[in-house]
Amino acid sequence: MKKEGKQLSVSAIKNGTVIDHIPAKNLFKVISILGLDKFDNQITFGTNLDSKKLGKKAIIKVTEKSFIDDDLNRIALIAPEAKLNIIKDYEVVEKYSAKLPEEIIGIAKCVNPKCITNNENVTTRFLVLSDNNIALKCHYCEKITDQEHMEIQ
Amino acid sequence: MKYKSLVSINDYSKKEILRILDLAAEFEEHPQPQLLNGKVVATLFYEPSTRTRLSFESAVNRLGGRVFGFTDSSSSSVTKGETIKDTIKTVSNYCDLIVIRHPLEGSALYASEEATVPVINAGDGANQHPTQTLLDLYSIKKTQGTLEDLNIFLVGDLKYGRTVHSLLMAMSHFNTTFNFISPKELNMPDEYKLHLDKLGLKYYEHLDFTEIISRADIVYMTRVQKERFSDPMEYEKVKNVYVLKNSMLENTKSNMKVLHPLPRVNEIHTDVDKNKKAYYFTQALNGVYARQAIIASILGLK
Repeated sequence: MKKEGKQLSVSAIKNGTVIDHIPAKNLFKVISILGLDKFDNQITFGTNLDSKKLGKKAIIKVTEKSFIDDDLNRIALIAPEAKLNIIKDYEVVEKYSAKLPEEIIGIAKCVNPKCITNNENVTTRFLVLSDNNIALKCHYCEKITDQEHMEIQ
Repeated sequence: MKYKSLVSINDYSKKEILRILDLAAEFEEHPQPQLLNGKVVATLFYEPSTRTRLSFESAVNRLGGRVFGFTDSSSSSVTKGETIKDTIKTVSNYCDLIVIRHPLEGSALYASEEATVPVINAGDGANQHPTQTLLDLYSIKKTQGTLEDLNIFLVGDLKYGRTVHSLLMAMSHFNTTFNFISPKELNMPDEYKLHLDKLGLKYYEHLDFTEIISRADIVYMTRVQKERFSDPMEYEKVKNVYVLKNSMLENTKSNMKVLHPLPRVNEIHTDVDKNKKAYYFTQALNGVYARQAIIASILGLK
């Protein structure tokens, strides 16, 4: 496969946002967290692209839409290496790296089946415990959900 | 000042814990039958816990307040499918304070976020039961004269026992030395040991305690339940190791006391009951004073 740059696997966009370095297996979760499935804008994406860092990566290009830091941080949980590029007139004008927020609200699911959030309609809320090996401490039941058991709602 | 709910023992600083214990002592010495005049407390028990509920109701009644509520979810609108949120929002209109017991973990914190009156957690599943912890602390302080520098033995199910976890967290303010005595299957979880490591507190793990019990200031017994073992043979092997008998108390310190959150099944032999070192029934009485202190403090009356 040809490297990106020489020939793009996903065509360039004139204006909008490119989200790169998403682990391929989490592409559809990212789409759902960002609500892209409900967007009217033109969106192109590629998945299972070769990546030195991730093995298989995915990339999303959304035209005429600028995401902000907050959006990127919400996907940091499942795409910690993600990079967001704001494109104007085919040029990258701004770059952001995903950064885990201290608190995660309403994205992940608590691992504890006896937790109130798994039994009533309560928005989940977690304290992020570490950046390297991410673990989430439930605000409600105080149990810890590790990466292996993490489920995205 | 905005009221403060009591959901987790970790909500209280060392200073606040000591304040509650002083207040409990004050109530024990000088009963105040008029303090809660005109106040109404709701006790919402989504699962039966007779001891805890009666202790709360006694505490409120002895301070001159009134109590209403339900004693298990089958006698409330919960059976019609009402959510905790709706029940809490409604009941908030009728009372000055809510006491909640619920089998789901985190339910009390959620209730405190939805309520417009303060909430006291009377047990949320395997998570927290802070009033139990405060009455344990009150019992320890009363019998030892201090909470500082004690040697505490925690015996039995240290893996699932929420009372021992909360007691450990609270006692870690007071330079405690801990001895953990449990079968391997029911060891103290790592997160609590890490917490003690961070604070530089000493703890030791043992499989048996007959040889070392003479060092204890407090022996806190809990029940080793058969259903916690995946292999029933393992349970049969250890079930008698964690039973306290009167003969074991012979060479113990004179200030030593045996505590138990109750209900007891067979982990403390009845021959211990007559020993002066058996404290578990007085411990239950202390629960009334501790809860009076918590209620009065939360309502801003003390």
